[in-house]
Amino acid sequence: MANAKRWTPLFRNKRGLFFSRRIRGFSFPRNENEAKKMLFFSYFKELVGKQVTVELKNDLAITGKLHSVDQYLNIKLENTRVVDEEKYPHMMSVRNCFIRGSVVRYVQLPPDGVDIEILHDATRREARGG
Amino acid sequence: MSWAGAEDIFLSTSLASYLDKKLLVLLRDGRKLLGILRSFDQFANAVLEGACERVIVGDLYCDIPLGLYVIRGENVVLIGELDLEREELPAQMTRVSSAEIKRAQKAERDATDLKGSMRKRMEFLDLD
Repeated sequence: MANAKRWTPLFRNKRGLFFSRRIRGFSFPRNENEAKKMLFFSYFKELVGKQVTVELKNDLAITGKLHSVDQYLNIKLENTRVVDEEKYPHMMSVRNCFIRGSVVRYVQLPPDGVDIEILHDATRREARGG
Repeated sequence: MSWAGAEDIFLSTSLASYLDKKLLVLLRDGRKLLGILRSFDQFANAVLEGACERVIVGDLYCDIPLGLYVIRGENVVLIGELDLEREELPAQMTRVSSAEIKRAQKAERDATDLKGSMRKRMEFLDLD
């Protein structure tokens, strides 16, 4: 396996070849679709530790401290409270929960939760193709 | 390959920190399953041991035992860790038998069906 170490392009776009390599724990997105998703993943990672309200597609809304997010935008909340507690009595004793990314409709953030400027810049960078 | 350390597990979004705990799994069709998480994967497929379905109708509830369940991840909405210190349900709720809860469910369904059919019959009145 003499060539095992050689860098092989993962995909090619207008700007050139994308190689697989890791920089400080950040791995390059494997395709353009994933690259776009990474922006929101990075964005949610910034929000860890903040108080958020997650509204699900079944209208259940849960408030809690954002514990972590992953690549699918699955969310883990700590110290949760359901917004309409009378309607969902079964959620009474749930304090920590895992929410599947695919069922989330909205994530309501604290007003100071994000620097719009930075997000805006990052979006333009992504739109230009990295 | 190395195993993730205990602290990594608690920081990550994976379900590893919920293993061997009693959980409430909310499904897309609104069902609520309770059980002990024994296994999972990246799609949130999950294995619940000693699973039961909690049926709630108004102030009545019933736990219907199901056994060992494998849940396909796409049907999972939420997986909640139950705080054993707290009451699982409000105090005014009463536990009833499975036969009774089925009757209550049917009564509720019939009531909504009736409401729907009444509405359909009165549609010509152009309500709301």
